[in-house]
Amino acid sequence: MVQATGLTKAYKRSVALRGVDIEVAPGEVVGLLGPNGAGKSTLTKVLTGLVRPDGGTARVVGAPAGSITARTRVGYLAELFRFPGWASADEVLILHQRLVGRPVTGEGVAEREQLLAEVGLTHAADTRVETMSKGMQQRLGLAQALIGDPAVLLLDEPTSALDPAGRHTVREVLSRARDRGIGVLLNTHLLGEVELLADRVVLIDAGQVVTAGSVSDLTAGHGVTIETDDGTVERAGVTRDEVPGIVAELVASGREIYAVVPRRSTLEDLYLSLVGDRETQR
Amino acid sequence: MTEIFVIARLALQEAVRRRVLLVVAVLTLASAVLYFIGCLSLKHHVGGFLATQNIDPIVPATLLGLASFGTLFLGSVLSVFLTAGAVRGDADRGLVQPLVVRPVGRGAYLAGRALAALVISATYVLVVSIGATVMTRLFFAELPPAAWQAIPPLVLGVCVVTVVTLLVSCLLSTVATGISVLMAYGAGLVAGLLGEIGHTLGANTLSSIADGVSYALPFEAMYRDALNKLSPAGPLGQLVQLGPLGGARSGGIGLWIYSIGYMVACGALATWVFRKSDL
Repeated sequence: MVQATGLTKAYKRSVALRGVDIEVAPGEVVGLLGPNGAGKSTLTKVLTGLVRPDGGTARVVGAPAGSITARTRVGYLAELFRFPGWASADEVLILHQRLVGRPVTGEGVAEREQLLAEVGLTHAADTRVETMSKGMQQRLGLAQALIGDPAVLLLDEPTSALDPAGRHTVREVLSRARDRGIGVLLNTHLLGEVELLADRVVLIDAGQVVTAGSVSDLTAGHGVTIETDDGTVERAGVTRDEVPGIVAELVASGREIYAVVPRRSTLEDLYLSLVGDRETQR
Repeated sequence: MTEIFVIARLALQEAVRRRVLLVVAVLTLASAVLYFIGCLSLKHHVGGFLATQNIDPIVPATLLGLASFGTLFLGSVLSVFLTAGAVRGDADRGLVQPLVVRPVGRGAYLAGRALAALVISATYVLVVSIGATVMTRLFFAELPPAAWQAIPPLVLGVCVVTVVTLLVSCLLSTVATGISVLMAYGAGLVAGLLGEIGHTLGANTLSSIADGVSYALPFEAMYRDALNKLSPAGPLGQLVQLGPLGGARSGGIGLWIYSIGYMVACGALATWVFRKSDL
């Protein structure tokens, strides 16, 4: 779906990307994490064709990123986006249907109704954008991104203005998208969202990939808590593979084992250990 | 092609829904009423004097010159307001990005925005110019011989302003684009007037400067061409040509070819700049 290798991009006063590799497979949700200014939005924009990379290659659905072919199959929601304030939600969707060459009557009406229902905006079809809350606009933005049966969704902070119910809705929408085989690149600061939704995580900092892997892999292997007849035994820094040996040792020493609880770190632990508080260091 | 019309339709819808066209129509109507009163007043107060002096054509020529100035100016202001934020300004507000990530070429986006602005501003200049000429004819028996021929250069002039504004909007923010184009517009008119003075007095430097400005800003040359078509022949024509509305100079077919080529070049340059821009 998305394949990028060695992407580099420098602006006048800063370097945004320093050789970033990233992949998103069909039906996979990849969480893109990193501090402000890490290069996440630039990376997303390169994949949409909004920003031209200085080096490296990026392909989306087999075509060069930003080409007409690629853009035909991409749904995108920018971090800072705006729709015409005078237009209603329905008119915004009609505009985007026209831009991707979809019908606006007949099945087009059904598509719009379904998308508005999916993001919880059925009641707001005739509401003008300028009277919507930021959260409603973000939901509309997500509906707009889903127009045209995209193969890839590139979402830049899609839940930043949403309340918990709104975030739940977005998670459901993205889960269904994944089930339909859509690859999703989810750029967000909300680590909890990524833990709940993402299959893989890519953490970037200062324009470079710091670590990447599945959520379970990245958060596993940071210790184990074992309850014995002689109290609780804590072993920090051990991997999952080391746990049976530790248990066997305790059993051999005559302890009775009541429970073995692998201690998992959170994405927040990982994030802080790898990136720290960059914003205060800039 | 379809996407060009989708973008043009969006821009036209915005002009309608934001009541731009309504405001323009109402204010133009108000201006037409003032013009009507002006014609009426002139006919009654000056008619007798003119009849004795046998200089009939100068009044309608001056009135139409005034109308041409006002029409091109208002048409240009309308065009600048419609296009000043088309690229950089709308991109800064996040309006462009959701559109150009669709399978819409950036050239098509620009063409759509240009089409909408050209339709509105060119139609405005055409309708108002025809209205002014008809109204002038109602009051005065004799129009300048080429009065109707003065309209096409004005229409092309506002088209040039539109395309230039679109090009500048690829480089500057909305306010900076508006200010720079309107300042260039004013400078062009002043240069044209100075050029005419230079031509009359034989001051070659002034004429050269005016000619240079005409090449750089051909809307000004089109305006001078329109004024030239409104100028009566002979010494009376000098009065109109040296009036406060700018100089008058025949452009000919070469000016049309140059102006159209200029617009194509501006469009191509705007597309190139926009394609290279990071959004």
